Amino acid sequence: MIPTSFDYVAPESLDEAVALLQKHGDDAKVLTGGQSLIPLLRLRLARPGVVVDLRKLSDLGRIESAGEALEIGAAATHAEVMNSAAALEKCPLLSETAGEIGDVQVRNTGTIGGSLVHADPAADWPAAMLALGATMVLSGPQGERAVAAEDFFVGLLESAAQPGEILTGIRVTVPRQPAARAYRKLAQSASGFALAGAAVQLALDGDTIAEARIGITGVAEHAYRPREVEAALTGGALDASSVETACASAAEGVEVLEDIHAGAAYRGHLASVLTKRAVLAAIERAHGHAS
Amino acid sequence: MEITVSVNGKPERRDVEPRLLLCYFLRDVLGLTGTHVGCETSLCGACTVLVDGKAVKSCTRLAVQCDGQEVTTIEGLARNGELHPMQAAFREHHGLQCGFCTPGMILAAVDLVDSGEARDETAVRHGLEGNLCRCTGYQNIVTAVLEAAGSSS
Repeated sequence: MIPTSFDYVAPESLDEAVALLQKHGDDAKVLTGGQSLIPLLRLRLARPGVVVDLRKLSDLGRIESAGEALEIGAAATHAEVMNSAAALEKCPLLSETAGEIGDVQVRNTGTIGGSLVHADPAADWPAAMLALGATMVLSGPQGERAVAAEDFFVGLLESAAQPGEILTGIRVTVPRQPAARAYRKLAQSASGFALAGAAVQLALDGDTIAEARIGITGVAEHAYRPREVEAALTGGALDASSVETACASAAEGVEVLEDIHAGAAYRGHLASVLTKRAVLAAIERAHGHAS
Repeated sequence: MEITVSVNGKPERRDVEPRLLLCYFLRDVLGLTGTHVGCETSLCGACTVLVDGKAVKSCTRLAVQCDGQEVTTIEGLARNGELHPMQAAFREHHGLQCGFCTPGMILAAVDLVDSGEARDETAVRHGLEGNLCRCTGYQNIVTAVLEAAGSSS
């Protein structure tokens, strides 16, 4: 379908963008890559009066190393994150996750910030953000505020970004070393979205897992951390059977989504299986590098 | 609003509605019907064009987003009547049957080769994930892309 009519503005500064959002409130939508917004416009599920395109704010596309942290501009495309030397060196879970998103064309256009604010329950980025303990930086009329990933995904297609606020960047602390990481998903074959996906960031200590952080996407209304699994893995051994036992509760305490592609029982099962696979892949990869 | 987009090397200045999608800007405003519109939901890749050298789906991009950018469509690949190496490889290896997916497939493949991602068969198949073909079973397409990758490197 053809989108409904809207006014289009491409502000020259962040202040101008924030002012536009404040002025137009719910009637305004922020555009970066448009890989979520344009389909919504076409289906007329979104009918904004004003579209505020951030394409002229070139600072928002930067990916920078800042000491023990990595600052990723919200308008960096998935491909830019995937190919960023800084991301690959300091936080390879970001590169790996980016490479699993959609297809080449979507990765060339879609942005990390757009995906995060859209908060699709089956998007890939939220899982990685939770596993990395990332911080979202929002700019609004009252200035800047930081929101932890765990507090950022609040509901189905709902993030903590308020109308009038713009997600400007994502801050990721370099994971504790020696680290291991992996992202595993089962994609719905037409859309590439995750039926279930698990991002895992581990800190290893010899033959045990010193710390485990996991983000699960596709399974519930929004991505979440399976705390029981993290606790069971922490201090535990690296063998397949210990890991499998620890990952069994990946969907426990969660209201599991159900749709034509996957029933709740199957999705819940996938959560455990993919978490286990991600943990084992992370360990195997880390050991491969060490040898 | 008024935009200027360089299409196949030629600056095109037009007054367009903000809601106009790039694929319809190319097809209906400029008459470049080589860009095909398939699923219109950014899944099939038939509408793929290059924007500043990168493959994008023109059904999921507003024309106004391309103000000041360079767009290459299938019409812009051949030079002086000579097929682009990717087009020639598709012809040589019969990488098409009905031809509907072909313009998007070729442009996606050009990006793949230009970005150095067309290393081997697996990489080519993975790299063309965003382009669907209902005729060929992909085999000849992959052969064509690999050959073009070899000849241009």
